[in-house]
Amino acid sequence: MNNTETEITDLKTKLISEFQDFEKNLNGEAETTLHFIRKDAFENFKELGFPIKKLEDWKYTNLNPALKQNFIQSFTEYTPALKKEDIEKYLIKNSGINLLVFVNGHFDIGLSHIETKNDKVYIGSFSEGMKDHKDVIEKHFAKIAAYDKNGFVALNTAFAKDGCFIYVKKNYEVKEAVHILNISDAQSESYFSQLRKLVVVEEGGSINIATDYHTIGDQKCFTNAVTEIFCGMNSKVEHYKIQNEGENSYHVGTTQVHQEKDSRFSDTTISWGGAITRNDLNSVFDGTNTECHFYGLYLLTGRQHVDNHTLADHKMPHCYSNELYKGIIDGNATGVFNGKIMVREDAQKTNAYQSNNNILLSDDATIYSKPQLEIFADDVKCSHGATTGQLNPDEMFYLQSRGIGKENARTLLLYAYASDVIDSIKIDELREMVVKKLEMKLK
Amino acid sequence: MLTIKNLKAKVETDEGGKEILKGLNLNVNAGEIHAIMGPNGSGKSTLASVLTGRDGYDVTEGEVLFEGKDLLEISPEDRARQGIFLAFQYPVEIPGVSNTNFLKTAINEIRKSKGEEPMSSVEFLKLIKEKAKLVGLDPQMISRYVNVGFSGGEKKRNEIFQLAMLDPKLSILDETDSGLDIDALRAVAEGVNKLKTKDNAFIVITHYQRLLDYIIPDFVHVMYQGRIVKSGGKELALQLEDQGYDWITDPKEEASV
Repeated sequence: MNNTETEITDLKTKLISEFQDFEKNLNGEAETTLHFIRKDAFENFKELGFPIKKLEDWKYTNLNPALKQNFIQSFTEYTPALKKEDIEKYLIKNSGINLLVFVNGHFDIGLSHIETKNDKVYIGSFSEGMKDHKDVIEKHFAKIAAYDKNGFVALNTAFAKDGCFIYVKKNYEVKEAVHILNISDAQSESYFSQLRKLVVVEEGGSINIATDYHTIGDQKCFTNAVTEIFCGMNSKVEHYKIQNEGENSYHVGTTQVHQEKDSRFSDTTISWGGAITRNDLNSVFDGTNTECHFYGLYLLTGRQHVDNHTLADHKMPHCYSNELYKGIIDGNATGVFNGKIMVREDAQKTNAYQSNNNILLSDDATIYSKPQLEIFADDVKCSHGATTGQLNPDEMFYLQSRGIGKENARTLLLYAYASDVIDSIKIDELREMVVKKLEMKLK
Repeated sequence: MLTIKNLKAKVETDEGGKEILKGLNLNVNAGEIHAIMGPNGSGKSTLASVLTGRDGYDVTEGEVLFEGKDLLEISPEDRARQGIFLAFQYPVEIPGVSNTNFLKTAINEIRKSKGEEPMSSVEFLKLIKEKAKLVGLDPQMISRYVNVGFSGGEKKRNEIFQLAMLDPKLSILDETDSGLDIDALRAVAEGVNKLKTKDNAFIVITHYQRLLDYIIPDFVHVMYQGRIVKSGGKELALQLEDQGYDWITDPKEEASV
């Protein structure tokens, strides 16, 4: 066993003793249905451990060096430390928005602001949600994201306590978007945060949710996020994930979606922060005529590493999925795209499209792109493709020949290249923030 | 305005380069329209590329002076800023970049290079309206992405629109007429005629005499094998239309003319 493996084992051992402390802190909660799930998940974590590079799914992403850090788990009492002015610059400038702030995985009620309050919807923390919606939470929690295959999901499930819960009842359209602001407070300590989110949208309901991640401070921090989204019949859910973390931040995130008949789900994942980022986005179509859109943009510099794994799982006939992931990679950065379309035997009349495009701006930039198509039905329309290249020299010359300097021409073209992903963001103020950040990053 | 002396240029190839321009001379003064004609492969488009600084060409000999300054030393954008414009034979489509954003960036970079303030939005919109009308471009096209989904004729008209917006000193029209129906051709030509002043100049590269029915050149040059082999007035174009290029390109026939 080499050094790294020993140290990871140490972290695992540490987590095992911490789980016992965690259980002690649960007080009356220890005998609940939820806690039986946690315990089961923890047993799974002990079995699975952290993924190693030998696994095909983790071939290009090695988190072991990052896990060597002596992280603190912050599952005990949370003492608010951040002030409104600390988070001001991260806010979406829209007065009608619901704001949920989580600091190192803890719900900060003082910084949050719930706009939509009525008996048709619940937006808030997990623990508060348990009071009125225990049955809904118990029905869906850990049922959408399986914890018996991925060690990170198992670990997150075991420690899930103070996460986010959103519940939209039948036929209710939430007009005000939800902004979930996740802050890693890395000013003095290195935290290993478990972020949990459960979204349940019943038949005919709709909601837009923006989740973004920021780091305050320069210490190392590790975020392990699991999001479960249940899209009921004929519901509409838009989900945006913006990763703005600091250069000493590590992020592993799984978004698992379950789609019922006639539902529509759209996700946009934008990654441009963090040292190492791994995103898993999976949607399972469990009803006919469901529709699903995955948009992604990753813009990497320095030694950044972003790994996007996606799965559109067509289990039923007449479903549609469309995926567009675009990368701009500079410096010594590395991108990984692994997109899978699974068309199962019953999924006749499937329409499934996938495309991954990459622009490499330097000789040392790397992309591993692996589009995968597995089809077991015989009457389907599917396509997938990947391109990797540089900026188009004809387009560059065209702009330059009109007096536009090389730098500006490059910015214009890269901005244009990214725009079809950016345009998928339907919250205007958020899109403007993303555009501004993109312009800044491209300069 | 433009002086080309003994220009020799190679196009870069895998085998090291092929000489296309083999000692070309040309003088263009303000207020003049020059037509350059010639059979395929004579080097007309290479000349346009070399003058505007496209990558992939090596100038091996000769010089090009624009208003007395060495043109070949400077970048494509600096050539544009000094007043050179190329209407492309094959304008590229740029998805995601709107015509307005593109032109505003171009105009303001040109102004900046001259130490001028950026153009105000009001002024810019006024200019767009005025020039779109002048070249007969549907104003709706202007808010769209650069050339995306434009027909061949619309693309060429958009080139002339850009020319009108940027108001260059020397415009090079590279086969702007090819692939156009007669209405589109007439519209493009009318645009050019309206934009012509005593202070600017045009080099019209064309394969066909047809365009020159609408844009009347002061000089017609015939290019062959990388050189201008014959120059004359507008009547030369008509003669080429009647007799083809053979009498110029075939030395035996030339003797009998």
